[in-house]
Amino acid sequence: MNQTPESLLVDARGLSCPQPAILTRQAISQAAGRVLEILVDAIAQRDNVIRVAVKEGWSAVPEETADGRIRIRLTK
Amino acid sequence: MLRPLRAMFQPQDCPDLMVGIGCLDDAAVYRLDSERALIFTTDFFTPVVDDPYDYGAIAAANALSDVYAMGGAPLLALNLAAFPARLPAEILGQVLMGMADMVKQAGAVVAGGHTIQDEEPKVGLCVAGMVHPDKLLTKGGVQPGDQLVLTKPLGTGLITTAAKMDLADREDVDEAIQWMRRLNRAAGKTAADLDLRGGTDVTGFGLLGHAWEMAEASRVTLKVFFEAVPFMNGVVRYADQGLFPGGTASNYTAYSKRIHFAEYLNEDQKMLLFDAQTSGGLLLAVPQEKMGEFSNMMEFHGEKCWIIGEAVGREAGIQVI
Repeated sequence: MNQTPESLLVDARGLSCPQPAILTRQAISQAAGRVLEILVDAIAQRDNVIRVAVKEGWSAVPEETADGRIRIRLTK
Repeated sequence: MLRPLRAMFQPQDCPDLMVGIGCLDDAAVYRLDSERALIFTTDFFTPVVDDPYDYGAIAAANALSDVYAMGGAPLLALNLAAFPARLPAEILGQVLMGMADMVKQAGAVVAGGHTIQDEEPKVGLCVAGMVHPDKLLTKGGVQPGDQLVLTKPLGTGLITTAAKMDLADREDVDEAIQWMRRLNRAAGKTAADLDLRGGTDVTGFGLLGHAWEMAEASRVTLKVFFEAVPFMNGVVRYADQGLFPGGTASNYTAYSKRIHFAEYLNEDQKMLLFDAQTSGGLLLAVPQEKMGEFSNMMEFHGEKCWIIGEAVGREAGIQVI
């Protein structure tokens, strides 16, 4: 996980379920007020990450990146 | 993927093929004469549990299940195995023993097989079985009014995934292994004895994925009662931790838009109904007047069954309430 002061990036590309969802849960517990950005590369992973985030009370906005991957922006 | 093959094998060229790639079901069925049809099927997969014997037993129960899901009885099986050279041969021996014990329990025989070297283990069976051509159990045989019955609880996808990540309780894993090793023999025999027509087994597409196939093939609306669906111990907790495997997530993505869920069901509850099963139970359509007898016969065989819904209308669809 790379960190910047205002956002926490989780690169879950190449990982299969449930790894991206588990990493998202960990990131949520360490977010400390920061925005989270989760990178995944398939729709099933995207949906799993969003499901976990929404359950924890976060809002999730997915967008497709230039290289065809998916970036999910999570805000509390 | 099979579409180009359909053009090569036209139904009029193989009139005795009762079930093939033109109308996919759990297994291929070929009419031999007016009294007998051959059921032919294969299935294999990578390890789902640590113990080699259990892995073999589960792979065999899973492959044999396709014969039961067509209303038939297995006759003979061939082992299929891909195995890494770096692992000791005794491990493969235990896997094959697990498979053989289940084939024997099914009243069939292991008649041969084939093993190749491969990095990741894969095992399974090719199974031939027999059924009366007029007594097929198919996905298209459901009638409005039928009760929808499930013969094993759900959750093997979540539990085996949690186990792989060392997040599962031993007792939960053991329970899941017992269910996965259980043959669908008694359920299949009961379905055949009662002349049932609609049925399939619940495997990789999850309960709702396979229920959807039945609803579509039978052109019926299936109503599923969430509270009536049985789950294995621990499953709800693993779901809460987000431990759904890739197959479950893909099922949800592929099928959920076609299914009408009551508003009070949450996302975890919906996902649970899509959990990808290994060696799951049979999903059977039982006419109401046969339901009592079906339950009694299953109890007689020492098997469980749950009424989880019913077929209500003449339009392909699923409602979960």
